[in-house]
Amino acid sequence: MTAATDGHASEASEGDVLLRMRGLRIEGRADEEWLEIVHGIDLELHRGEVLGLIGESGAGKSTIGLAALGYARDGCRISGGEIWFDGVDLARISEGKRRALRGRRIAYVAQSAAAAFNPAHRLIDQCVEAPVRHGLLDREQAEREAIDLFRKLQLPNPETIGQRFPHQVSGGQLQRVMVAMAMAGRPDLIVFDEPTTALDVTTQIEVMAAVKKVVEAHGTAAIYVTHDLAVVAQMADRIIVLRNGHVVEQGDTRGILENPQEDYTRALVRVRELRKERMEADDTDVPVLEVANVTAAYGKDPVLVDVSMTVPKQRTVAVVGESGSGKSTTARVITGLLPPQKGSIRFHGNTLPSAYFKRTKDQLRQIQMIYQSPDTALNPKHSVRDVIGRPLTFYLGLRGRKREERVRELLSLIELDPDQFIDRRATELSGGQKQRVCIARALAADPQLVICDEVTSALDQLVGEEILRLLLRLQKEFGLSYLFITHDLATVRAIADHVVVMQHGEVVDSGTRDEIFTPPHHEYTELLLSSVPEMDPDWLDRLLAERGEEFRDRGI
Amino acid sequence: MHALLDNTWKVLRTAPPTALFGLLVIITILLAGLFAPWLAPYGETQVVGPPSLPVGDDEFFFGTDEIGRDMFSRIIYGARNTVGIAFLTTALAFSLGAVLGLLAAVKGRWVDQVLGRLVDILMAIPPLIFALLILTITGTSIMNMVLVIAVLDSTRVFRITRASAMNIGVMEFVEAARLRGEGLWWIIRHEILPNITAPLAAEFGLRFCFVFLFISALSFLGLGIQPPTADWGSMVRQSSNLLAFGQLNPLVPALCIALLTVSVNFVVDWFLYRTSGLKD
Amino acid sequence: MIHILKMVAQRLALGVFILFVVSVIIFMAVELLPGDFVDAILGQAATEATVEAFRYQLGLDRPAYIRYFEWLGDIFQGDLGYSFRAQRPIDDLVLLRLYNTLFLAAYAAAIAVPIALLFGVLAAMYRNSFFDRTVNVVALIAISSPEFLAAYILIFVFAVQLGWFPTLAQVSIDMEFGERLRVLLLPAVTLTLVTMAHMMRMTRASIINLLSHPYIEMARLKGMSNRRIIVRHALPNAIAPIVNVVAINLAYMIVGVVVVEVVFVYPGLGQLLVDSVSNRDMPVVQIACLIFAVTYISLNLLADICSVLSNPRLLHPR
Repeated sequence: MTAATDGHASEASEGDVLLRMRGLRIEGRADEEWLEIVHGIDLELHRGEVLGLIGESGAGKSTIGLAALGYARDGCRISGGEIWFDGVDLARISEGKRRALRGRRIAYVAQSAAAAFNPAHRLIDQCVEAPVRHGLLDREQAEREAIDLFRKLQLPNPETIGQRFPHQVSGGQLQRVMVAMAMAGRPDLIVFDEPTTALDVTTQIEVMAAVKKVVEAHGTAAIYVTHDLAVVAQMADRIIVLRNGHVVEQGDTRGILENPQEDYTRALVRVRELRKERMEADDTDVPVLEVANVTAAYGKDPVLVDVSMTVPKQRTVAVVGESGSGKSTTARVITGLLPPQKGSIRFHGNTLPSAYFKRTKDQLRQIQMIYQSPDTALNPKHSVRDVIGRPLTFYLGLRGRKREERVRELLSLIELDPDQFIDRRATELSGGQKQRVCIARALAADPQLVICDEVTSALDQLVGEEILRLLLRLQKEFGLSYLFITHDLATVRAIADHVVVMQHGEVVDSGTRDEIFTPPHHEYTELLLSSVPEMDPDWLDRLLAERGEEFRDRGI
Repeated sequence: MHALLDNTWKVLRTAPPTALFGLLVIITILLAGLFAPWLAPYGETQVVGPPSLPVGDDEFFFGTDEIGRDMFSRIIYGARNTVGIAFLTTALAFSLGAVLGLLAAVKGRWVDQVLGRLVDILMAIPPLIFALLILTITGTSIMNMVLVIAVLDSTRVFRITRASAMNIGVMEFVEAARLRGEGLWWIIRHEILPNITAPLAAEFGLRFCFVFLFISALSFLGLGIQPPTADWGSMVRQSSNLLAFGQLNPLVPALCIALLTVSVNFVVDWFLYRTSGLKD
Repeated sequence: MIHILKMVAQRLALGVFILFVVSVIIFMAVELLPGDFVDAILGQAATEATVEAFRYQLGLDRPAYIRYFEWLGDIFQGDLGYSFRAQRPIDDLVLLRLYNTLFLAAYAAAIAVPIALLFGVLAAMYRNSFFDRTVNVVALIAISSPEFLAAYILIFVFAVQLGWFPTLAQVSIDMEFGERLRVLLLPAVTLTLVTMAHMMRMTRASIINLLSHPYIEMARLKGMSNRRIIVRHALPNAIAPIVNVVAINLAYMIVGVVVVEVVFVYPGLGQLLVDSVSNRDMPVVQIACLIFAVTYISLNLLADICSVLSNPRLLHPR
């Protein structure tokens, strides 16, 4: 990448252009109708250059990425424009000719490796398929190449890992095997479609590092599709910002990050700058919630071991950890969905019955929950009025006019216009609006404690940030306490007063936000913190250099 | 009311020809069944002419059966008897299967285990064989047949109800209702049922077809609806030997059976397409 | 490997258990018979003494569970019991008829399975094309029609009008193979029509489901040809669903044979069962039901085990 950024991209001649899209239009099928989802995109990619496509959901970034292979998914079609790849227009040539290019000169890396590998074949067979079938290499050469790539991608046991089946390899490793599969045909261009989105931060960094290394070493051009500006900043020479199928802005990576021209880009760059003001420590009151030495298991598998934490009044405690850390299970124990084997849950100093159905209506009312996916948290058959009204009737006995007024009041609180929204069904709301309705449903119960389980991770970043702002405002107005479960340290930094770090079902570190975020850190906290990509193009290189030294120091 | 009519019209206009055809046939047969005594030119069991007249006879359009009853009138009465009994059986099977299925899905634990195993065993035995076995014991009467088929068929309704209710039951909005402290009945009625009515309605259509064919087969074998009641399946059997003489008589009731099931299937297919929003 | 053997063993054990329960149900059927079936045989006029003697002869005076195990033991040794109506051992009645039924079912399967799979795969590959729509409508009509309709139409056209085939499927042991095939063509085709439609729809659905997987898209994006995608990427994963479809439909076919046998007056097990039900000849009904149930359950069990065995996740555990 260094060579490309320094020279080629700026003074590239016409002959250097590998891919050029002109007025690309793509339509998608919706209810027997074709609707345009990509509206005339122009794009240029030079040999050896890495181009980042960034945007939120509905931006059309994956669709454009696939169009670089002359491919449109079922229910989509390329309806206009040109896609020139090395002298041929992919939109015009026959399917047979396109097929001859795919896998050989243009390759693809999908978001979910677990789904994109055929479960019936060994990894090595899938990796050598493209070069062998396209007649580039014979089987033996192709296998040697693949093993060589496995080694370069720092996969464990490069000689033998190919003999495994996809389900026998972990997610991060599988993603790297897929990169090897894409590289196997020595393509000129690789399209990476959100290759790290499904991974934990600590795994994401391994994949990013490996991808960056081989792409640089082979001088392959790449299109890197993602929703995360910090990730793309590490990978790309140039960035195109997309929104609703239009180009918002494009430029080289540093320029976009340091000097964005458009409001939308500026918002994306600043998305992680939200900070809650610091609250004074306040230990005089009895805490709202105490989780004391809880051990819990699903069947025989222990998932929580001796977990303790407290939530002070009117404060936010963030529980952070990667998948499998037990953070969501902690929420299930607190709400009484999973009674613990040992330990207790105390609310305002009184021990709660361990199973939810043994708790009183009032105990249930005081702890409310907001879920990760607002799509499944709202009954699609209910109107907003029903959703918010039910807890009012159920807990507070409000009916008729009083109930209607309160529902409207709550809608105004969550910044949705009552007249416009009260009769809508969940299916007629956007993701962010749904999450707001979920918040209103929780508020309707007039709770003391609200458990927020990954409430922003299913949402676009900008929408997620608005939800966080709303939650902070409501906390101030109503003196709520939050237990905030998240895998995202940026969210923690934004809203937490106290932080609990979990790993493998245990609490490994805890303290106030300042304690956690100021060095020296606990070892795992350090790993987590350092793995979060920053909006700085040099961050990954710097980090890898640091970690490398550290490893050398430790004699690894 | 006007809006409703308007809406119906809008929906019908987008219906494919197969579905429209299906609706037309179903409505015709329903009307024929409801108003049989007024529509049929002769009585259900009335002997009106010489036996075994062929189809296309001037006076008796569908011919007469082996003892000289008017086939056309008996087809109309058959619409009432056969379809009525099949509908009753399906409704019974459905009430039983759906209630138990919901219960198993929401209650879980041992209720689910016991019901699930029981259904596994019932479903492992081929239904026709089971029905024949039971009918040997209890003797062939309409009441017995309806009960036996309803119980056997309810197993399938149980499975699909349980599965769809489980799919909804794991949704977070149901969890939210539980955590709110809502009762079982409220959750079933407000959270689960509204979300599974569409697949259940489609299943009702498919179950009806199955039951209807099943009863027709039993009647055809002489073990279902017994003479002199007019019934399409037994009419096929009674006139079957006329076929050897080149007469089409047995094909008429057989075609009626096929027409109704095909129609219901067409309508269900369209309904599924509309409600699932899937292109397949 | 241990894991997968354990799963297969579990399925087998479950199958055996279900067979056991089914045999108990079938045996109990006699116990539940209103009155006693001695009354049914001897009639109301029989004296107390003859009834007692007959009961003793049949062993009806002993507890049910002992008689159940004796009944089962006899069946395992090949002694199927005695038909009171026909006044002869059931073995004589059943074995030849079982052969006839299996012959017809195998004949029909030999026609239905290849055609159904071919059409199912083609319809899935050319989804929503004119071919697909036509095949679907035809299949829907075939599924919705009672077996006897298809049978009578075939008889009317090919037997009565054209005279190519006999109206009744009458066979004897010394019949030539070719002649047997000719005589049985109409019943075999009847049986084929209904099963084939089911099988085709199920094949189509499972292939469509398969083709929607991301790894198929991945193969396309690697530039693989359609042929290779189907043969190399789809088929290995389609084995389980297809075996399942075939087994379920074979099971269905063996049971569906009952109506077809009656229409063509074919001396098979189904015909015997229907006659015995009308005569309330209980021992024969029991044996026939047992044979049908065992075949049905075994085929379904086979399908289940095949799908376990062809799952790479189970075949190559972590």
